[in-house]
This record gives sequence, structure tokens and C-alpha cells, in this order.
Amino acid sequence: MAREVLSILVDNHAGVLTRVSSMFGRRGFNIDSLTVSATSDPGISRITVVVQADEADLEQIIKQTARLEETRDIFVLKRENSLFRELLLVKVAADEKTRSPIREIAGIYKAKIIDLSVGSMIMELTGEPEKIDAFLKILSGYRILEMCRTGITALERGGLETMPVGI
Amino acid sequence: MKLTGADIIAEVLIEQGVDTIFGYPGGAVLNIYDSLYKYSDQIRHVMTAHEQGAAHAADGYARVTGKTGVVLSTSGPGATNLVTGIATAYMDSIPMVAITGNVGTSLIGKDSFQEVFITGITMPITKHNYTVRNVKDLADTLRDAFRIAQSGRKGPVLVDVPKDVTAAVTEFERKPAGKFLYVTNVDQEAVRQVAEELNQAQRPVIYFGGGVVASGAGEQLRELMEKADIPAAYTLMAAGVVGYEDPHNLGLLGMHGGLVSNLAVDQADLVLAFGTRFDDRVASDTNKFARNAKLVHIDIDPSEVNKNVRVDYSLVGDAGDVLKAMLPYVKETRHDDWMAWISEKKKADYQPVDDDRVIRPHQLMRSLCRMAGEDAVYVTDVGQHQMWAAQYLRHVKTRSFLTSGGLGTMGYGYGAAIGATFGCDGKRRVIHITGDGSFHMNMNEACTAVSYGLPIITVIMNNQVLGMVRQWQTAFYDKRYSSTDPHRKTDFARVAEGFGAKGFRCETLEEFEKAMEQALKENGPVWIDCRIEKDEKVLPMIPAGASVEDIMLN
Repeated sequence: MAREVLSILVDNHAGVLTRVSSMFGRRGFNIDSLTVSATSDPGISRITVVVQADEADLEQIIKQTARLEETRDIFVLKRENSLFRELLLVKVAADEKTRSPIREIAGIYKAKIIDLSVGSMIMELTGEPEKIDAFLKILSGYRILEMCRTGITALERGGLETMPVGI
Repeated sequence: MKLTGADIIAEVLIEQGVDTIFGYPGGAVLNIYDSLYKYSDQIRHVMTAHEQGAAHAADGYARVTGKTGVVLSTSGPGATNLVTGIATAYMDSIPMVAITGNVGTSLIGKDSFQEVFITGITMPITKHNYTVRNVKDLADTLRDAFRIAQSGRKGPVLVDVPKDVTAAVTEFERKPAGKFLYVTNVDQEAVRQVAEELNQAQRPVIYFGGGVVASGAGEQLRELMEKADIPAAYTLMAAGVVGYEDPHNLGLLGMHGGLVSNLAVDQADLVLAFGTRFDDRVASDTNKFARNAKLVHIDIDPSEVNKNVRVDYSLVGDAGDVLKAMLPYVKETRHDDWMAWISEKKKADYQPVDDDRVIRPHQLMRSLCRMAGEDAVYVTDVGQHQMWAAQYLRHVKTRSFLTSGGLGTMGYGYGAAIGATFGCDGKRRVIHITGDGSFHMNMNEACTAVSYGLPIITVIMNNQVLGMVRQWQTAFYDKRYSSTDPHRKTDFARVAEGFGAKGFRCETLEEFEKAMEQALKENGPVWIDCRIEKDEKVLPMIPAGASVEDIMLN
């Protein structure tokens, strides 16, 4: 099982996310993360979905998604020619003693401190998912009060190299 | 011209060539029914006893004609009652458009009276569905629904129309109905390779399903069988495409298929699968299915390729188009050794024994078939009777064996028989074969058959138990007959009379033939209650998850 990132272009209709996600649920495809975003065309939305799938699963995921009436295009984003980004917001308990070591970590990872209160601080970090994982691992020595990850959003580098699959 | 939403629905139906719809009125569809009153000279509305019956009727109509079946119901319970019928059509890829009324747009989302989120409920059992919130979108949405239902792999589409949208007025312009022509992009090189494999094969077998019926590719399929001397087995969805007497006909494949068809697939060195999906009732053990063969999958739906079984070659497209492309590359061949081996195995196949003192299923089917004639349309419910009908009727015509294959819907039969009768305009005899279990689910539709004077003959294979489940309990649950022997006292002949139909009861083959003779003279519905032994089994049987090695012949 590998982690695969799929980019799905769909009609920007009410309920289209439900159609895609319920199909994944019904067929037993495992979603790690899913984001929906606008594209340059107001009629089209982009769903970026990260799944755990072997080759056979991936083939089925692509074909079953392509079969939906509102799917315009679907393609697999390969690591070597794509850019993956994720945004993290994390609230960490921080008193006078811990504030400065946390700031040091934030500095190394280029995370922004966007809020500071008496007992806690909130940091923002954008980067590849692995970088965010590593950052959170370092922070695990501190008390994380709340956190929120957006899930992966991704684009291919360069021109239109990926051909549409199965539509 | 300016029209109301309700009139637009009628207009688009006419535009799409629809002259018969099935349905049931209610609050949210009052405007639509008012328009149907106005358009009644152009659209015949058949009112059933229950919306489920209407959905099955639309399905039966579609199966027998190849046209899109249309069903109409009100919101809430009217819509939810369609669900089983829509799911049945979805699983068997039957073109259907379901139109549901809904509460007014201002009441949607407020748990209003008879409100239900039917597009959410039917999302996984339709090819696509819509809620029309603006009357301006109504005509094109309905046109889209017809296009989607008939294009590519066919299936049901639902259009939900809130009540205020049916009352709203907008400009409407008639448009010619689309042709929905599916064009197969045939990859000549791949087709040539497959034909080459076939030319090399020593023991080829064709296995075909409902896709061949949907495509209307029977003629090309038979041509291929003849040209390259290939035996062919069919799934439940494709009975009748290859004639009963055809020397290349291997019969039904799968769990209750014959020994010979299952053995042939097992021993084949090449299996060509046309318009079928390797479902678990055929490829029960996916590792052992056609284990000696190279597999070629021909299907219109690319998502079926490698879904259940991994194949060596795939050709995506309409079965007829692919066959036409393939035939020129196929050499005329004989497979005498292979055909001789098959004839030999046929002798070892399961042979039920006659007994004229009772009614044995295979004898009943033979008599029924002989008396109803080759032109009859057979519609079944689900269970043992369905399998006996599949095994022992002499299937000779395509679109003449209507059965719920994928979903296995008990209660499918009567509604579908009603739809089929309208579909062939009463020109063909419709025989509804059912069991006492299935018939208890939807016998209410008898009132519809009586109202419209439909000469449907219902043959009830009455063994007093839920025979198929009981058979599994006998074989795999040490005869613990949990809830399969309900001790019902239903007197079907009298119930038939109560509905205004005719009823017979018989206990021997002779009595059945007499009743059948009478039934064929009637102009309205007839029920024939046929008493059969509760221990009658459907044989052969390949247990779930097993292969032909484990076939049970007694």
C-alpha cells in the first residue's frame, strides 16, 4: 500500500463532494485527507485526495471516480513532478519557561507565531506534509492544546504533462 | 411558449418518445398529475398499487422494449418506496428515469410533511440524480436524465422536482430527442491481438451477460460462435440470446449453472467475457475461476475491467461494436476435440427425474414453456423458482426472460410483468413465475392487473417454505430451519378471486396443464397455485466462495 495523491476536477455543483466521498466510502477506499478548492474556472472545483492504495485499488479508484457524471478529469500526482503543500495551525501550552525553546523550534522550521497569550501560543506552518510531521514530532515534547491540518493541496509542475485518465 | 413545470415534464416525456409511464399520485405531484390529465391522449399513465410495483413495472417495460422506463411518485414515502426498484435497475444496468415530487423549495430542509432527501438516499443506486430548484433548468435536466440513462452502461437516473417548480412558468421550446449513439473507439491492434489469441486457442469458451442484451449484439455473438466453433455459457442476465437448441449453447453458468458450463470455463485455455462482470454468483472463487485460461474482458464500462478478476486483455466498448471489429480477424476453425469433450461432459450433467404424481419443477417448466409458446415473455421473482426457470425454460428469444439478477429482489416479478405487458402492448403472452415467499411480498399488484385487464399468468411454485434459504439451511446449517417455514395458510386461488382475478390450484402435472389450458383462454390475470415438495432443491450448486471442484449434484 502506497500513499497516492489524486487530483480530481469536478463540476462545481452542490453535493458533488458528497458524491465523490460517498463513493469512496461505499467502495471501501481509504481516505487520508481530502480538500476541495476553487480553480481558475468558476464552474470547476478541484478535489485533492490522499489515499492509501495498492496498484489494483488505485486503478479502481480512478475508474470509479471517472464514472461519476460530474467528474471532468482525474489524475495521479507523482512525487517527482508535483508540489504538495499543507497548512498547520497548532496551539501549544507555553509559559515563561517553555516559550523560548518553542520559539527556537519555530525559527528552525520557519513556522510563524501568530498568537501569543499568557499560557499558550499558536503557530502557523506551511510545507510538505513530511515537514509538518517532523515539526509536530519535535513539538510532542510540549503540550499541544489544539491543532488543525488542512490536508494536502497539490499541483503539477510545469505544463500540461499529465493526460486525463479514463474519461 | 410559456408552460408550467408540470406541463414541461409532460412535453419532455413526449419529446423523448415516452408514451407510457408508471406511477402513483400524491400531494407533491398534484400539478404533474393535473398535466397528465391534460396530456392523457399522448401519455398513458399506469397507476399501480404501490410505488415499488411502479418502479419494477418501469424496469420490466425497459427490459422488454430496450426503451427507457419512466416512473413517477410523490415525495417522502412515495419516493422511498421507489428505492428497491431503482436499486434493482441499477444493479442490472436497466435504463430508467424516476421522477419524484418534493415539497416546495421553501420547505426543503425543514423536515416538512412528506419531505425526504431522496437525491441523498438514491446517490449510490443511480447513475446520477438531480434536484431541480429552478423551472428554467427543468427541461434540460430531464433531457440529460434520458441521455444518461441510455448512454454507455445504462442505468437509472432520478430527477427530484419540488412542488413550486412544477407550478412555476417559463419559456419552453421543443427539441428533438437525442440519439444517444455510443461510439466505441475500437483499438484495432488490441482487437487483432485478441483475435490472434482466439485463433491459437484449442479450448476457447465465450461467457456472456446482460451487456450483450443491452447492445443488441446477439447476432454478432452467434456469428462468432459459429465461425470459430466456440461454445458459450450465459449468465442469468442473458438467457435467450443464444437459442436453447444451439449446439454451442453450454447453458447457464455459475452457482446454479450446469456442470458442463462450469467445467468448460474451468478447462478452457481462452475465455472471452462479453458484457458481463465476473460477479460472485459466477466467479465465486476468483482465484480458481477460469484458472487455465487467458481472460479477455469486453465491456462498455471501463471500471469493470480488473474489478473482480484480473484479466489478460480488455476491450472497452459496446459488445456489438467490438464483435464487428473482431470478426474479420477471426479464422474459421473447428474445435472438434473440444466440442467432443463437452458433449461427453454433458452426459454427466445433472438430470432431474420425472415424476407425474407430483409437480416436479423441471417438468412444470417444460409444460409451461410448451404451452405458452416461444413468443412468451417470462418474468420471475427471486429464489428457487427463479433458478428453475433459468435452468429449465427453453430460452430462445432475447429480452424475454426478465429477472432481478444483481440485486436479487423478491417481489420484483408482478410489477415487472405488468410493465412487460404494457411494453409488448399485449401482443405477447406474459408469464410471471414466482414462489409463495416472493409472491407474498408484492401480490398487491394483482389489483393493477385486474384494473387494466392484463392477461398475466402467475405460476406460483408453492412449497410453503422459503425454499432457497431453506436449501442453504439444509446444506450448511444442519437443517436448523430458522424462520423459513412460516406456516402460512394463504389460499392463493381464493385470494385471486378476491382481487377479481382467476385462481387455480393444482397438485399434479396433469392438473397444472389443465389449469394452464384454461388460463391461456382468459383475458385477465390468472394465478395458478402449484404445490411442490418442500425438499425440492436447485441443483447443481456450487457453494459460495467455491469452484466447480466442489459442485453439488445431489
